[in-house]
Amino acid sequence: METVAEITHLRKSFGTNHVLNDINLKINKGENLVVLGKSGSGKSVLIKCLVGLIEPDEGEIFLFGENIAGLKTGKLNILRKKVGFLFQSAALYDSMSVRENLEFPLRDLKAKPREETDALVIEALQNVGLESAIDKMPSELSGGMRKRVGLARTLILKPEIILYDEPTTGLDPITSREISQLILNMQKKYNTASIIITHDIECARITANRVIIIKEGIVLAEGTFKEISESKDEWIRSFFN
Amino acid sequence: MGFFEEVTLLTKFTFRFFRELFKPRYEFNEFVRQSYLIGYKSFPLVAITGLILGLVMTIQSRPTLAEFGAVSWLPAMVSVSIVRELGPTIFALIFAGKVGSGIGAELASMKVTEQIDAMEVSGMNPYKYIVVTRVLATTLMLPLLVILGDAISLYGAYIAVNLKGSVSFHLFFLQVFKSLDFSDVFPAFIKTFFFGFAIGLISCFKGYNSTNGTEGVGVAANTSVVLGSLSVFIIDMIAVQITSMLY
Ligand SMILES: Nc1ncnc2c1ncn2[C@@H]1O[C@H](COP(=O)(O)OP(=O)(O)OP(=O)(O)O)[C@@H](O)[C@H]1O
Ligand SMILES: [Mg+2]
Repeated sequence: METVAEITHLRKSFGTNHVLNDINLKINKGENLVVLGKSGSGKSVLIKCLVGLIEPDEGEIFLFGENIAGLKTGKLNILRKKVGFLFQSAALYDSMSVRENLEFPLRDLKAKPREETDALVIEALQNVGLESAIDKMPSELSGGMRKRVGLARTLILKPEIILYDEPTTGLDPITSREISQLILNMQKKYNTASIIITHDIECARITANRVIIIKEGIVLAEGTFKEISESKDEWIRSFFN
Repeated sequence: MGFFEEVTLLTKFTFRFFRELFKPRYEFNEFVRQSYLIGYKSFPLVAITGLILGLVMTIQSRPTLAEFGAVSWLPAMVSVSIVRELGPTIFALIFAGKVGSGIGAELASMKVTEQIDAMEVSGMNPYKYIVVTRVLATTLMLPLLVILGDAISLYGAYIAVNLKGSVSFHLFFLQVFKSLDFSDVFPAFIKTFFFGFAIGLISCFKGYNSTNGTEGVGVAANTSVVLGSLSVFIIDMIAVQITSMLY
């Protein structure tokens, strides 16, 4: 199986707060990897390290086989365009409308005709059920809508690796299931590899090919959803009730 | 953060500006949008301040000149003070207050809400899109605002001269232009570019590097104004030294 991203011996502390101690991880092409862990266990930090937003104290990170530590900004940016990142906070650009938010990642592509860009934007919004919000400003949207627009913006470039930071948090059960289904569709249609951070067990069950649990800065357990949910460890099982 | 650490960071930030300024891609649309926001939206404030400045300066100077029987010097004296010193400095301070705080707060909140990170991970260059466009806009818009503000000030002075006594519009401006020479206008104009640059750069620096969440937004806005205003005076002092050596 082809590995698209790899993390070896990753360590990261903020002052005396030792967040990640020794993380080793491989993500294969076309695979959905779900990351579970308590709040504050360093899940968001982990994926930020993966795209070079946070610099690790120790350890190495490979994207598409390249060690990102040694890369020049230009090279790194080329890799980053192949990676989609859904922020936990959605991180919509406040000064831009929903349409402009979605067009922003597209602007570096070779000057596309207007109609083509429009079609991409509308398709992305339809995927998250928000085509009616196209001309709204982010401040006019609810929390869940912002999250979905963030998701649409992440997916619009059809990235090869997608990092979802809590894609269904703050959404009702029906929309959550639709989003989980969308994640699954992306995987099927474009053979993307994904890391899905979630506290939503239903979402994990639907999307996961593999599940890892992070505790005290290491990968505590790894396996399929079924294996992990039937773990002998009481603490791990408690995630699933 | 220690003082020297901060200065080092600011120096790096400044060098980065010049490095990225000349590298494509050029964010022309965003630059135009920022120029509009920064220039056009500060114009009313500059206009009102300018008018009042002209009026007040003239009314205040009249008694002193009258004592020496030199009231006819009023247009000359007022215009030289405004164009040389008061106009550029006062408009720059107002600009630091309005635009500097705005940029500081905006960038800091973009940082807090991870918008800058989001640009970075989408393979864009947020420094170029956010910082270069704004600094360029402040650098070019402040001189324009100062020219307009100066003109409105002089018009205010003309009104004030006519409150007591009467001088025709033509005669007033004839006297103004006779008393202003190149060595008054040119250095005063050049320094406003530096004012604009410093205000833009400092507030971008403060916003872009802000920490501590929402609290940091207030701090960034505040320090942007304080350091921006301070830099105006420091640059002004340097400019005066250089001008007096040259002329
Ligand atoms: N930029 C930062 N500076 C200092 N500390 C940080 C920073 N980012 C994260 N941390 C710390 O790292 C730890 C892990 O944070 P992280 O956001 O990765 O948690 P998480 O697992 O994503 O939690 P949640 O499920 O609540 O999102 C926290 O203790 C947090 O305080
Ligand atoms: Mg998190």
